[in-house]
Amino acid sequence: MIPIGANEMLFLMQGLKWTVALAAIGFVGGGVFGILIALARTAKRKWSRTLTAGYIWVFQGTPLLMQLFVVYYGVALFGLSIPAWVAVAIAFTLHASAFLGEIWRGSIEAVPKGQTEAANALGLHYVSRMKDIILPQALKISLPATIGFLVQLIKGTSLAAIVGFIELARAGQIISNQTYRPLLVFTIVGLIYFALCWPLSRLGARLESRMAKAAR
Amino acid sequence: MLTSIQTDTPLISLTKVEKWYGAFHALKAINLSVRKGEKIVLCGPSGSGKSTLIRCINALESIQSGTITVDGTTLDNNSTSIDAVRREVGMVFQSFNLFPHMTVLENCTLAPMRVRGASKPDAERIARKYLERVRILDQAEKYPAQLSGGQQQRVAIARALCMEPNVMLFDEPTSALDPEMVKEVLDTMIALAVDGMTMICVTHEMGFARQVADRVIFMASGEIIEEATPEVFFTAPQHPRTQAFLGEILAHH
Ligand SMILES: Nc1ncnc2c1ncn2[C@@H]1O[C@H](COP(=O)(O)OP(=O)(O)OP(=O)(O)O)[C@@H](O)[C@H]1O
Ligand SMILES: [Mg+2]
Repeated sequence: MIPIGANEMLFLMQGLKWTVALAAIGFVGGGVFGILIALARTAKRKWSRTLTAGYIWVFQGTPLLMQLFVVYYGVALFGLSIPAWVAVAIAFTLHASAFLGEIWRGSIEAVPKGQTEAANALGLHYVSRMKDIILPQALKISLPATIGFLVQLIKGTSLAAIVGFIELARAGQIISNQTYRPLLVFTIVGLIYFALCWPLSRLGARLESRMAKAAR
Repeated sequence: MLTSIQTDTPLISLTKVEKWYGAFHALKAINLSVRKGEKIVLCGPSGSGKSTLIRCINALESIQSGTITVDGTTLDNNSTSIDAVRREVGMVFQSFNLFPHMTVLENCTLAPMRVRGASKPDAERIARKYLERVRILDQAEKYPAQLSGGQQQRVAIARALCMEPNVMLFDEPTSALDPEMVKEVLDTMIALAVDGMTMICVTHEMGFARQVADRVIFMASGEIIEEATPEVFFTAPQHPRTQAFLGEILAHH
């Protein structure tokens, strides 16, 4: 057995860097598109609601792994050659936009109707009504679920290993193969994931209980 | 009754207004004309269409036929007419509907800035004027949740006044309040009436109706059943449904 030294740890850290980068890209990209999805999903026009409902339904109804494959091999079909990480980033952005879009749709609908009525009565138009009144309140309502999804997304990045992307889990597998110490290596990898996700989970739970108290 | 400043031109007129919620006929052949400076109290049993009626005036609800005209603008499906009417009409809700993530001052400055394009200093100056008027200026930096129900409702009145409307609609403004807070809100409304504001108030506060109303209108099952001056309305109601309703209301008070 080969000991786990500084080189191996450095390699894991490289993997961690990609895990964080991928989750961040998926979260930010998914956040931007997710807002648009949520707005389209709550819009007056029926076709806009139906279309986005279908989009959300497709991404929530299929495994993330399959979505990765489809995007990865799908772009190749168009004769485009893009780096693995770009394909993976696109897949994660689409995936996250559907889930965040659905979470935020629920939050927008959870803002009391009286808020929209008061805004309308004051003559405020859609943009101001959303930007100044509905979205700030919806965002607050959505925080626990949004953070919960971020944790899922971080853990989901390990699936990117399938298409040859070396993130934390894949880096662990490589080190494990080199050192023949799978138990130790994956314990370390697991602890790193835990250190990343646990504080977020705690934060989500804290916000949730604080809101539950405020609502009482 | 207060002597109020009135002219003969109707500020608001509803002609043959019909409103349906799906198969449910909520407003039936409503004709109503309100002169500038007039104060109307609207009452009637639960579900009679009082809220629906006043919500049609500022287009929170759409109507299926008939016309509604406010200060010369006839409401149609065109957003220009809706905007024009909403600029003239302020509304106060039973449940206040203040924006909970904004301070009292921000609640009052948002619409003037966004709708009228007022600068921030101008909007704040106007907001302070009306907050002073409802005697709550000292709470300007607080959030709605830090205020009592009566205080919140007075802020809601100030928020509507900041758009400098010609008409104020009130939908049971005191129904959600603890009894000891009802008076401060009614006093604010009385002061507004004294200043000559045109008002339509859905309320069961009969003392307020006696003191302020030029006309009391009684609705039942989506129709205007009876309208009269407060003296006549309370002492000699004509319609049996009005008599039954008043009997109930007075028994509760
Ligand atoms: N959005 C809606 N969809 C369907 N029916 C509605 C809707 N809003 C009101 N109604 C119905 O229309 C009728 C009139 O309602 P409205 O709220 O105007 O009554 P109201 O006189 O204000 O009663 P309350 O004193 O209880 O406030 C009621 O029967 C109500 O159930
Ligand atoms: Mg009502």
